[in-house]
Amino acid sequence: MPNEWLFIGIFLLMGAVFPGAPILINSLILGPKKNNPVKNSTYECGIETVGDTWVQFKVQYYIFALVFVVFDVETIFLFPFAVAYNQVSFFAVLEVVFFILILAGGLFYAWRKGALEWA
Amino acid sequence: MDIGQLIKDPLGTLGGLLTSLLASIGLAPGAIGVIEKIIGVVIIASFALVLPLFLIWFERRVVARMQDRMGPNRVGPQGLLQTIADALKLMTKEDITPTGADKLVYNIAPILSVVAIISMWAVVPFASNILGTPLNVGALYIVGVGSLGTLAIMMGGWASNNKYALLGAFRTVAQLVSYEAPMILSLLVPVLLARTMDLNGIVQAQPVAFIVAAPIAALIFFVTSVAEVGRTPFDLLEAESEIVAGFHIEYSGMKFGMFFVAEFLHAFTVGALTAVLFLGGWRGWGTDQVPLLGVVYFMLKAFVGYFIVVLMRTALPRIRIDHMLDLNWKFLVPTSLSVIVVTIVVDKLIQQAGITNDWARSGLLFLANVVLALAIFGILRRSARQLRAFEEAEGSGHAAEHEPEPHGQPAEAGAHAAPAH
Repeated sequence: MPNEWLFIGIFLLMGAVFPGAPILINSLILGPKKNNPVKNSTYECGIETVGDTWVQFKVQYYIFALVFVVFDVETIFLFPFAVAYNQVSFFAVLEVVFFILILAGGLFYAWRKGALEWA
Repeated sequence: MDIGQLIKDPLGTLGGLLTSLLASIGLAPGAIGVIEKIIGVVIIASFALVLPLFLIWFERRVVARMQDRMGPNRVGPQGLLQTIADALKLMTKEDITPTGADKLVYNIAPILSVVAIISMWAVVPFASNILGTPLNVGALYIVGVGSLGTLAIMMGGWASNNKYALLGAFRTVAQLVSYEAPMILSLLVPVLLARTMDLNGIVQAQPVAFIVAAPIAALIFFVTSVAEVGRTPFDLLEAESEIVAGFHIEYSGMKFGMFFVAEFLHAFTVGALTAVLFLGGWRGWGTDQVPLLGVVYFMLKAFVGYFIVVLMRTALPRIRIDHMLDLNWKFLVPTSLSVIVVTIVVDKLIQQAGITNDWARSGLLFLANVVLALAIFGILRRSARQLRAFEEAEGSGHAAEHEPEPHGQPAEAGAHAAPAH
């Protein structure tokens, strides 16, 4: 098992080297370096940008992310169940159905609350 | 060296040869293992990074065909070298970092987006004995590193100090994060049917491809994966006509190129994962005798998936953002939840009834899926009818003060059936 994770670790490192190398060659060796303030300014279709970019934004995005976290965590619970499926009894399957129904209830609560509306 | 042995188990034979070679120059066994792993990683990663050179050409040709054009056909035979020429051009472009950008995050984002996609290929089985590593939590690993790509897009959009890029990052949160929920839920179904998270194990558990036993889950997985790639009809995060280029607006040179490499490779990875999870991966005639044939079958199936992704891109217009979210939360998520419920109950009943024949099991699950699909269509039809009746009742009187709400989405009818006003 550690051998497999060693492979994954090497893969992630090399995976960063492979795209990193052309970027470095591009920005350090091959690409021209003639910066000026106008060239580096923010692109906004030819108009100068007004105000700060990192402004407050709608809470709607946060709510979607929150609903997503609920479903993500739920699925993490379901994956071990799926692997151990052969060993569980029919009663345990019904319990998992109940578990999913509670979650579906949560989804419909969010739905009725209007959390899923794009407004 | 025995040729027959080489054909039967190419990785094992070559690996054994390499091990004895390295041992003969006096390296420790641990070091040999690491060197072999590095070689394996380099082979898979370079395969994954060279593939987009071909994919981009292929896609441009197909899109051109669909639009009655020729497409790139000048550089090299049939324009095959066009992408290499483009890459060389990108290499000589100036690398611009906009003023006020968050430099570290800005520079990491394109690298991370590629890392997220090629890391998936570490566990994808090309053939029964040709794969990066047999990870026993392969499916979870795919989901885990796959969502790093979402993070990369968010990082790029946020760090660019550009309002269009920030809008693209916002839409990323709304779209990619949302579509991940039904994707993971539908990924659960093949794991459930195979009783393992190991991707090679999932392929081995498919004497009958899982698309027969779980057609709805396969469809949901495919559609949501296409949405995860973020291309038409789900290309809201880089919608050219709305927010110029979205999250990669400020990127130039090879950093811009890396986002594109990631996108095209991701599109192909969607085809590959669909092939592994639902189409039987490397399974095909004669793979018992010659496992190497599995690579051919796997690549063919993956290319079919990729071809469909390209056709979807050319044929479909961009979906509106509220429709997209409704489709996800009000249709795909409830549907995938009901698919899971039906699958676990029916499969347990089949097990308790003592049916072990693969075709019988797949057939019964297919029937359950058909019944579920009919029920879903029935519910959709009923809600559409309710929506129409509701609109006609609202109709003339309130037309002026009524907010122009998104109409025509049957799955949204539930919200209208319970009017908030």
